[in-house]
Amino acid sequence: MTAPTGPGRLLDGIRTSDVVRLDAHLARWGGLPDVPARGLLEAVDQAGLRGHGGAWFPVGAKWRSVAAGRSPIVVANGAEGEPASGKDRLLLHHAPHLVLDGAAVAAKAVGSKRVIVHVCDDSVADVSAALSERERRGVDPCSFEIVVAPDRFLSGQESAVVNTVNGRHVGIPSFVGLRPVREQGIGGRPTLVQNVESLADVALIARYGPDWFRSVGTHDSPGTALITVTGLWETSRIVEVPLGTTLGNALGITPERAAGIQAVLLGGYGGGWLPTATALALPFEEEAARASGTSIGAGVVVLLPTGVCPLVEVARVARYMEGEGAGQCGPCVNGLDVLASQLELLADRPQSLRSGLSAFPTLCGLVEGRGACHHPDGVARFVRSALGVFADHAALHLQRGPCRTTRPFLPAPATSDALR
Amino acid sequence: MRRNRYRLVVDPVACDGAGVCAELLPELISLDPWGFPIIVPGGVPPALVDMGRRAVVSCPRLALHLVRVDD
Repeated sequence: MTAPTGPGRLLDGIRTSDVVRLDAHLARWGGLPDVPARGLLEAVDQAGLRGHGGAWFPVGAKWRSVAAGRSPIVVANGAEGEPASGKDRLLLHHAPHLVLDGAAVAAKAVGSKRVIVHVCDDSVADVSAALSERERRGVDPCSFEIVVAPDRFLSGQESAVVNTVNGRHVGIPSFVGLRPVREQGIGGRPTLVQNVESLADVALIARYGPDWFRSVGTHDSPGTALITVTGLWETSRIVEVPLGTTLGNALGITPERAAGIQAVLLGGYGGGWLPTATALALPFEEEAARASGTSIGAGVVVLLPTGVCPLVEVARVARYMEGEGAGQCGPCVNGLDVLASQLELLADRPQSLRSGLSAFPTLCGLVEGRGACHHPDGVARFVRSALGVFADHAALHLQRGPCRTTRPFLPAPATSDALR
Repeated sequence: MRRNRYRLVVDPVACDGAGVCAELLPELISLDPWGFPIIVPGGVPPALVDMGRRAVVSCPRLALHLVRVDD
């Protein structure tokens, strides 16, 4: 039951065929130590753990705020609506007990007896098998139930999770500007919605303590991150990297390999594009990413190969994101549609864009900060960064017309009409 | 100079772009190309708080809120 010393923690020693059952889990990590709630809060605070769902909010601060309320509810969130992310599903498949341990710790820390495991359809079998094992052993002092997340981009958003569990406006965010979910969420109770990877980290912090946790990563972003990398291998792969390391080093990308990468998308469809050299040299952690105009989000890394028209990809994703909007807020409903239409023109019929690229910054500004959730802000960041990184390519489109059609590269599933 | 102790917040889900707020309080609220309100950042100057309250109660969707700024 030794603490992992290398950069691999959550996935330490796990092979692709492994599912860690409860016996193996307890043999590897041991049971959870009996620490009082206050000690758990302090450990998570001192560890400096930040949320891996995409916002990188300090976990300890969120816990304290939820713990201040009466009979809070904990949600282990593995909805993972982002098409280019697979890390939460992978974790729930291979190491569900780390996540459930973390959820039990969180529940104890904030004074909750009820944990909801909110996961997409793919993960239900993994989680229910793990929960039956735990129930037979009677390892948990809290109750667990599974709620299935609808298959859409926004379903993991905090207030959307609350709506799904409450059974009203399933998968749709609410305006929580006056009363945050941590004060009033599921059934009106204070609700802690925590990403499953953060909870797996909690399971190890509870066992090995904050100093161990901080032995990898940076001061502001300690620990590791599970990242989903698309464009480096035949299929997407999930890798655990120490936070703060450069992507180039973490992924072992040689200069020859880098030459075949046109640009890098960090943080998924609410993140932003960077030139390849910048992205590979950037310390992989949220502050550095934000300073470069992007975000590491939920750990999505897409290496766009040369030979693909980036503007076609950007337009397709913008249209997908428009379709995935909740359809509730005027600026987002109207603005994303116009933005996607203009990007489609730039990609396919650039000669008909009479004012060139000048409309884009204004359109982005018209949607930023004006939704109930951050969906429009993410799209604006995605588009702004694309027009910066692909400025030369856009100029070529305006001068010479569109590229020849290439096979779609970025995953953007069709939005179901039933959800619109 | 007195600090702005209130700010205006639009509930964008409730708002359907009636535009009453921008009529009543053009100093702080303008409309986007689709008729939805854009609030001037920086809070409500003390002299406009009463007008702000009027805009809040006049919103047919009750989508506008006057919120105290935390000290």
